[in-house]
Amino acid sequence: MIWGSWENFLAMGGYASYVWGSYLVTLALLIAEIVLLALRRRGAIEGVRSRNAASQGKR
Amino acid sequence: MNAGINWFKYSSPQTFFPLAGKLVLCFGVLSAIACAAGLYLGFFVAPTDAQQGEAYRIIFIHVPAAWMSMFLYVVMAFWAGWGLAFNTRLSGMMASAIAPTGALFTFVALWTGSLWGKPTWGTWWVWDARLTSELILLFLYFGFMALQAAIDDARRADKAGAVLALVGVVNVPIIYFSVKWWNTLHQGASVSLTKSPTMAATMLTGMAVMAFGFWFYSIAASFARARCIMLERERASDWAAGYAKGSA
Repeated sequence: MIWGSWENFLAMGGYASYVWGSYLVTLALLIAEIVLLALRRRGAIEGVRSRNAASQGKR
Repeated sequence: MNAGINWFKYSSPQTFFPLAGKLVLCFGVLSAIACAAGLYLGFFVAPTDAQQGEAYRIIFIHVPAAWMSMFLYVVMAFWAGWGLAFNTRLSGMMASAIAPTGALFTFVALWTGSLWGKPTWGTWWVWDARLTSELILLFLYFGFMALQAAIDDARRADKAGAVLALVGVVNVPIIYFSVKWWNTLHQGASVSLTKSPTMAATMLTGMAVMAFGFWFYSIAASFARARCIMLERERASDWAAGYAKGSA
């Protein structure tokens, strides 16, 4: 390990807020997109079901 | 007739839907592996930069995100233009599916660039050619999504969006060459086809592996969103009803 200790790793040579600020925001955005996609998929399936139920009711 | 795969088979949502599902899984796994490997190289193998210390480690997401922001716009404009020219159903859906992921990577490039600029340049933001043209790219993505959202009829939304996407594609070479054409605070290209790289091999490898990770992620996210759009637009079809019935 090139850092010596976890404290050094987290400190990022004094640039911790810049480096971790970049990585954590990126990670949060990617997770948010995945969650939104999962919710949208569920909503889309629900939309197909309700549409189907409505058209079968008419028949 | 040519033997082999019949590509036109996959140009209808009905047949593309299950294929896209497999691709989402496949590229999602590949992306996780590449990102894990890239982060390991970036944080535990690549050495400290002689000039910038550890602040340079932002490069492992900044540069791949900036590449993806431009690349995704070109792919989006390609599908939008294809749909406009040949009126194929799936093309417009693909263009709409790519836009939010493209906007995400554009924002990431701007955000990480700002956090990198502060310690190295002494400022969060300057109105120089590279930064301004990348900001315009973000607004082009937002404009594309807002325009499509404002039009109820999906076909008309695709056409209006396609015109915007195609006009905006002129911005991509401007971003790419901005550091050459103008005197900018932003440094020149880190990687170029004509010159040998100006950075350590391990740094370059880490960046390349992260770029593959983001690329695979973009493919997975775009196809996942395309599947949602297919279900939304074709909710009255038999294939969609069959899928909704089978999925929990």
